Amino acid sequence: MFCDRCGLPAADGDHMACAAARALEPPRFCPECRRRMKVQVVPTGWTATCVEHGLRTG
Amino acid sequence: MSDILDRARARVLDEGSGLAEADILEILRLPDEALPELLQLAHDVRMKWCGPEVEVEGIVSLKTGGCPEDCHFCSQSGLFASPVRSVWLDIPSLVEAAKQTAATGASEFCIVAAVRGPDKRLMEQMRAGVAAIREAVDIQVAASLGMLSQEQVDDLVDMGVHRYNHNLETCRSYFPNVVTTHSWEERWETLRMVRESGMEVCCGGILGLGETVEQRAEFAAQLAELDPHEVPLNFLNPRPGTPLGDRPVVDGKDALRAIAAFRLAMPKTILRYAGGREITLGDLGTRDGLLGGINAVIVGNYLTTLGRPATADLELLADLKMPVKSLSATF
Ligand code: SF4
Ligand SMILES: [Zn+2]
Ligand SMILES: [Zn+2]
Repeated sequence: MFCDRCGLPAADGDHMACAAARALEPPRFCPECRRRMKVQVVPTGWTATCVEHGLRTG
Repeated sequence: MSDILDRARARVLDEGSGLAEADILEILRLPDEALPELLQLAHDVRMKWCGPEVEVEGIVSLKTGGCPEDCHFCSQSGLFASPVRSVWLDIPSLVEAAKQTAATGASEFCIVAAVRGPDKRLMEQMRAGVAAIREAVDIQVAASLGMLSQEQVDDLVDMGVHRYNHNLETCRSYFPNVVTTHSWEERWETLRMVRESGMEVCCGGILGLGETVEQRAEFAAQLAELDPHEVPLNFLNPRPGTPLGDRPVVDGKDALRAIAAFRLAMPKTILRYAGGREITLGDLGTRDGLLGGINAVIVGNYLTTLGRPATADLELLADLKMPVKSLSATF
């Protein structure tokens, strides 16, 4: 598994700062394969798509 | 009471004229003890010359990422190792975003694209998108598509775009430290054409790019010279992978001093909270700014980052007894 903000392995190092930043950011990396996702932000939410692992929303 | 605040009261509050650069600099240098009095003066100026209404706007990115320009703060430049990928918003989703924005009571919806300037495809998307929005939603449409040709300015007027955003970003003397792929003067030229077309000019920038306090004053004076209808004020939210990704965020008190200074430089403009206020000011500071010169907000999310929920801002405005400017009031 990967950090969805910085794309580094979730088990390596500390992703507390990433988790805090994610309150005001959509994810950028697929947590399953670390590919950069296609992210669309709209006024009330966001969608993020990985070619392999599909759509996430928030 | 300091001399500069007395001078500002006479010139800005009583006469409605903006402060000149040297005075703006003095304002920016006021000590923390003077901040409450400064914010109160900026608020009085805003109430006298603009009134209590707050203009609410939503924004959306029609084309995200992959921009050929190198604005050092921007996660959408294709020249940096930013994780932001290129993506286009389809028209039904654009209309939906406009509907969601209108549902908050907002009177403005701004369509933004990460480009140097529009190409044919983008102008076609704009024409279709603006028409679809005007068909389905009661809201004023603004646009921000980079540098324009005269023909594109005319096309946007023809589509019914009523306001155009093009930020100078920072003062003229600091701009080359932030952008090397185009000049401040090229941006100014687009603004000149927009002004002459009759569209409302929306022009602001970002504080915290590494500019000095003198350059902040220079920027406020240059904006005042342009005399835009609206000034969106952003605070740097350092983006991973950009050249300014490691810069510190603007100190909250400095941000409030800047808000008040910009209000005293431009007593009659719409001064809008844009990106970065959440991390720079937090909830309490957001309130202080609305009581210190700000009279417009972007609600909901930004282009690539998220804002606080629109309801939080609307509740705050209700609490402050500041009515949301209605659509009919904007005509
Ligand atoms: S022109 Fe706009 S989208 Fe492109 S890099 Fe500069 S700020 Fe970002
Ligand atoms: Zn991380
Ligand atoms: Zn994946």
